[in-house]
Amino acid sequence: MFFNMQLTYEIAGGDFGKAGYASSEIKKVLKKLNLDLRIIKKIAVALYEAEVNIVAHAYRGSLTVEIDTVKISVKAQDEGPGIADIDQAMTEGFSTASAQVREMGFGAGMGLPNIKKNADELNISSEVGKGTELEIITYLK
Amino acid sequence: MKVKDLTTQLKMQVKAGSDALSNEITGGYTSDLLSDVMGNAQEGHVWITMQAHKNIIAVASLKELAAIIVIGNHTPGEDTIAQANQEGIPLLSTPESAFDVSGKIYNMLHE
Repeated sequence: MFFNMQLTYEIAGGDFGKAGYASSEIKKVLKKLNLDLRIIKKIAVALYEAEVNIVAHAYRGSLTVEIDTVKISVKAQDEGPGIADIDQAMTEGFSTASAQVREMGFGAGMGLPNIKKNADELNISSEVGKGTELEIITYLK
Repeated sequence: MKVKDLTTQLKMQVKAGSDALSNEITGGYTSDLLSDVMGNAQEGHVWITMQAHKNIIAVASLKELAAIIVIGNHTPGEDTIAQANQEGIPLLSTPESAFDVSGKIYNMLHE
């Protein structure tokens, strides 16, 4: 099978009512492509966490998924406060989420670690006051 | 064991997703942290939680959980119920505690 496709979903910061929508839509597409279910399950976790991070922390952002014959690349880009210390943000349990967000069961400091666990590669670049970009790569074999 | 066994044997109330009560339950996960469930629950698990807001449905749908049980006096709102019906996720409620519900389901699964 030879193909190459790209999907982009815009994510609104602060809109918890729609959090998870983009991830669900992308997962449906991946299922239609008949990809390995274990890979789809891992990507679904990474997508959801990246989407919730944009909703919880950024002003606006997007999820872009590129699929080719060897890998699935997810780019989560946002305009937002950025991450001052990426190593600290990667530490399980560390979160800068508000009390209100935590009461909803978000902001447990598990989002980025969950993404890392469910991806083959995770690259994070961030500029304080501008925004953050995650690149999440999963190889198909 | 199917989701409808919870409604008959444990007298749980079906709030939404009544079309999917034949979902097979393979295990369970009890947590109120959404990322914990995303990271650790498995497909076919029943999720026991006090969270009743709409976002629990996206988590259950993405993880392909068998059902969500909202415990205690936490009542799912109209938007949560509508989302559960749309996604076909059984949403049950019970006044019992997470501890009691988890224990009873554990016993049913291991009988």
